Amino acid sequence: MNNTGTEQAILEVRGLHTIYQTDDGVVKAVNGVDFSINERETVGLVGETGAGKTTLALSIMRLLPERTGRIPEGEIIYKGENLLKADKEYMRRIRGANISMIFQDPMNALNPIMSVGDQILESLVIHNEEKRSGEELNKRVDELLELVGISAGRKHEYPHQFSGGMKQRIVIAIALACNPKLIIADEPTTALDVTIQAQVLALINDLQQKLGTSMIMITHDLGIVGKTCDKVAIMYAGEIIEFGTAEDVFNGEKHHPYTVGLFGAIPSLTSEAKRLKPIDGLMPDPTALPEGCKFHPRCPHCTEECKTGEPYLYQKGEAYIKCNLFREEK
Amino acid sequence: MDTLVKGDKLRKYFQVGPKSLLHAVDDVDVDIPRGTTLGVVGESGCGKSTLARVVLGLIPKTGGKLYFDGRDLDTLNKKEKAEYRRQMQIIFQDPYSSLDPRMSVYESIAEPLDMNHIFSKKAEKLDYIMELMERVGLAERFVNAYPHEMDGGRRQRVCIARALALNPKFIVCDEPVSALDVSIQAQILNLLMDMQDSMGLTYMFITHDMSVVKHISTEIMVMYLGQCVERAPSKELFENPLHPYTQALLSAVPKPVINRMSNTEILRGEVSNPINPPVGCRFAPRCKHCTAECTQKNFELVDQGSRHSVACRLFDQA
Repeated sequence: MNNTGTEQAILEVRGLHTIYQTDDGVVKAVNGVDFSINERETVGLVGETGAGKTTLALSIMRLLPERTGRIPEGEIIYKGENLLKADKEYMRRIRGANISMIFQDPMNALNPIMSVGDQILESLVIHNEEKRSGEELNKRVDELLELVGISAGRKHEYPHQFSGGMKQRIVIAIALACNPKLIIADEPTTALDVTIQAQVLALINDLQQKLGTSMIMITHDLGIVGKTCDKVAIMYAGEIIEFGTAEDVFNGEKHHPYTVGLFGAIPSLTSEAKRLKPIDGLMPDPTALPEGCKFHPRCPHCTEECKTGEPYLYQKGEAYIKCNLFREEK
Repeated sequence: MDTLVKGDKLRKYFQVGPKSLLHAVDDVDVDIPRGTTLGVVGESGCGKSTLARVVLGLIPKTGGKLYFDGRDLDTLNKKEKAEYRRQMQIIFQDPYSSLDPRMSVYESIAEPLDMNHIFSKKAEKLDYIMELMERVGLAERFVNAYPHEMDGGRRQRVCIARALALNPKFIVCDEPVSALDVSIQAQILNLLMDMQDSMGLTYMFITHDMSVVKHISTEIMVMYLGQCVERAPSKELFENPLHPYTQALLSAVPKPVINRMSNTEILRGEVSNPINPPVGCRFAPRCKHCTAECTQKNFELVDQGSRHSVACRLFDQA
């Protein structure tokens, strides 16, 4: 697993299945996901709406809706501990302090009637295991604001006084407050304009280098993956259908047909093409997933064997592709 | 060139306080040749949607002249105006909120037809609606479906069919693919381009996505805080962006290649306040080429040859 020996997996997800029990049936949102993330590493989770990216993130954080969300199978190992077996109190200590999250929409992630300084302070107070004094904690708030490029003098202001990009910086400051080992960023820049997105991505990259935090970057934008990620997992219908280093996924020779489709559908800024190549059809209904390879109804290379049974797992080092196309190459 | 839509010094100000005017669109010239697409790009709040609504006459303009097919739209009476309205349509960004959830696909497409009393026989109307649905790639079985039964891509196809119902010449597409996934986005962009080829439609295509605008546009207008800062044919703009804002915008777009933040030019600051903007270039506070002159006078679009014009001190030969 560890190719250099010095890297250590900080989080391992093994055979994870997540379902939602709804009135319309069982929604199979995550269907057997395996991946691991090492220290100081960024893994990109890429996929379209409904691929199960956010459900996977919520499963790791144990934040699934209590009434409907279930994890029937799998393990999530953080620091040798299976988080799925941990009790609520333990999870509460993990969340925010060890693993924290940056949400998509900074307009909704902040409390509108609490000053931003207090919101940063909140997680520091909750996770104040070293019993630091109020003064020390307030100093840490100032430090965090400066770290994300906001002057500490603005800590008494409220979220509506900040622009979208600034709000996302505050959300990042909250996520970083307790020096987490792992940050899960769920589409952190989707709600922002491109020039502001570039600022926020640069900030995230910068802080990650400085603080050595690992990160799971959830996005639908392959451009953002190219800018930030070391490893990439392409998700489709609740499965990781292709996993590898950024180099494998962007420049490698072998790809899952869905990955090929995903890249082909993006209009290029550099080359001239009259028509785009969309992927035919739609994402399958998660309450009635197709048999066999879940991509087979949309796949241009579909054969009879794709329609039943699990697709072939092609492995090369840490990288893998789940597709029958690569079966003959052992 | 045969111009279909022309706007001279279009202006839209909103009164937001006793002495505060929000300059949403400030002296913007528009000129769209028949059968082509004018792409309008810019970030949120730059006035692109307001410009679209002014061009369609959906909101009254504060100043400027608007011509459609050579006629000044201000001189038309009510009846003539209705006639012109029929030839201009709009497709909105969010197909989830632009369709009435209690109307079936049939009813949604039939509404503009009924309002204009196009068909007297029901069977003829149904045939026409089926034809429209086929043209936008919607299967017949959806004719009685409701919006909640369809995904975003199909809903957007319904909106397109509805916009096509009255045989318009001009369609404004206001971020029509921003709410869709890339694979679906590609389907809709292809559809819009095919329709342009087969029906000779003229588009004004508003988007914040640089790769989409490059793909679909004949000419592109870059807007910043209510003003057009650069305008050029699509290819020319991407090969030779002149305005510092256009350059920064292009460089900020994440490209699907491995590129660890290396050569990205990061624009500092944020868009300034559009209420009572001061004299001078509106991009000056964020511009790395800014000098004292930039904050003292306004810069007009200056032609740089090959239909490329830019409003910037660096290219102002006056």
